[in-house]
Amino acid sequence: MANGLRSDLAAIAAMIPEGTRVLDVGCGDGALLEHLARTKKIDGRGLELSQADVNASVARGLSVVQGDADTDLEDYPSQVFDVVILSDSIQQTRNPRKVLGELLRIGKRTVVSLPNFGHWSVRLELLLNGRMPRTRALSYSWHETPNIHLCTIADFVALSRESGARIERALALSTDGSTREMRPDAWGPNIFADGAIFLLTRN
Amino acid sequence: MAEIANPKFLKPVRAADADIGRALAFGADRPLALDCGRTLTPFTIAYTTYGTLNARRSNTVLICHALTMDQFVASPQPVTGKPGWWEAMVGPGKPIDTDRFFIVCANVIGGCMGSTGPAEIDPATGKPYGLDFPLVTIKDMVRAQAMLLDALGIQEILCVVGGSMGGMQVLQWAASYPERVVSALPIACAARHSAQNIAFHEVGRQAIMADPDWKGGAYQLAGTSPAKGLAVARMAAHITYLSEASLQRKFGRSLQNRNAISFAFAPDFQVESYLHHQGMTFVDRFDANSYLYITRAMDYFDLAADYGGTLAEAFRGTRARFCIISFTSDWLFPTSENKLIAHALNAAAANVSFVEIATDRGHDSFLLDEPEMYATVRGFLGSVAANRGIA
Repeated sequence: MANGLRSDLAAIAAMIPEGTRVLDVGCGDGALLEHLARTKKIDGRGLELSQADVNASVARGLSVVQGDADTDLEDYPSQVFDVVILSDSIQQTRNPRKVLGELLRIGKRTVVSLPNFGHWSVRLELLLNGRMPRTRALSYSWHETPNIHLCTIADFVALSRESGARIERALALSTDGSTREMRPDAWGPNIFADGAIFLLTRN
Repeated sequence: MAEIANPKFLKPVRAADADIGRALAFGADRPLALDCGRTLTPFTIAYTTYGTLNARRSNTVLICHALTMDQFVASPQPVTGKPGWWEAMVGPGKPIDTDRFFIVCANVIGGCMGSTGPAEIDPATGKPYGLDFPLVTIKDMVRAQAMLLDALGIQEILCVVGGSMGGMQVLQWAASYPERVVSALPIACAARHSAQNIAFHEVGRQAIMADPDWKGGAYQLAGTSPAKGLAVARMAAHITYLSEASLQRKFGRSLQNRNAISFAFAPDFQVESYLHHQGMTFVDRFDANSYLYITRAMDYFDLAADYGGTLAEAFRGTRARFCIISFTSDWLFPTSENKLIAHALNAAAANVSFVEIATDRGHDSFLLDEPEMYATVRGFLGSVAANRGIA
């Protein structure tokens, strides 16, 4: 992990141009925003559901608002951010399609990272043991998971296209922190990648 | 415009060696144009400062006070001799650090701690203004503060901060003078006064005006004081500053200096005795007509109304950074009202933070020891100062 940053966040950070205006939706404790402010001089803003995380972030000098991606993205005007980030959160939204549409509207570019429910270990767990899968990327039991809308890489690629997004870049993500470029339609990553990061623009 | 050596207060200054702040008199050449259409001239603004203005004149923090507060933020109040109302927040090494920042706080116009208000002498008549004093608004208060800063040679405000009515002024500052405000920190406020809040204020005003000693507002001439009415107004208002939970925790049904209820109307309960005390001490330091005028100014506040009914328009194009703080148990200026401001700022693509602090101490929390509020203010102000290169 680079600079102590979660591996998917480090990969996302590498995609963000210097000096841009960035909105991090579901910014958690603000680690990515702080990293980007320090290393790339971005004008960063955050939206986060957890009040404790928001308060801690603001106390560290970050600009973060408590809010819910499902309802509060509507407030933001169109195309005001150079980049909008949704990291490891889309599976926790009530309406992923609506949220993705809002992200594409607000940002000139949108970065989405997600865990891959198509991973072979997930498929195997369900096939062989008949239990809801728990993996490296998805560690919760079915009854306590905040992940209410899990999807595979192929599912997200399809949703992106239905939402009128162009996939500019796609990275396959491994929990050991390594990333590699992938073709969105390739079958391999949908089986072997722990997660994926997409860079999207609106068509 | 002239500096006044000894600002005049309603009551004698308690401590002879107390820092009683300063005051500037604005003469006929500097009238204050008011929203009501009238002009206030001459007028005085009493204020205090703490810390040192830096060479670039870029480290000013303007503090806006609430309804019954004054300019004595971090030094003893001269009438009561009590510590400043925000001493835990403002001082050397405190979240609003007097070692780093130049802090200015002015008594609002219409107030009664040295700035021109209804208790002052109207030069046109030689008598106290009373109800002849023009109705002032939050915007008028801010306009007067801007004139004060002009006179002090301060253009840029690093941060304008305040709670409750002070927060209203903060929002008005950001809307009226976007080019002067680097950052804004409204705490426990709203962009408009709600129906419920107007209703509570009206109860207070009616209590004052129902007091026979109010004499149609001319009690100074009559040599009376509507202390009973003002005390009742304060008692009613004070309840709104607390919460059901905090009243229950503090007092419950505990009795005051007795073991059993008295079957009479003397204060049996501690909570009654507490409210009586709040009312009685208030009348010693506050002018009844000022209370009428300032509550009215809050009632009239509706920032969006000046911008076609859309709050976001008030902040359109702003480059200021905002940080909004609310408290979970504040039912006077609830989180929902504060959130509306955050939503409007988001809609204006402004740089905004919004922090809600969990506490059961109600609206008054912004005056109390709330470590999370201190951490928020320290973090926000520190970040704003760092961005402006202020050591």
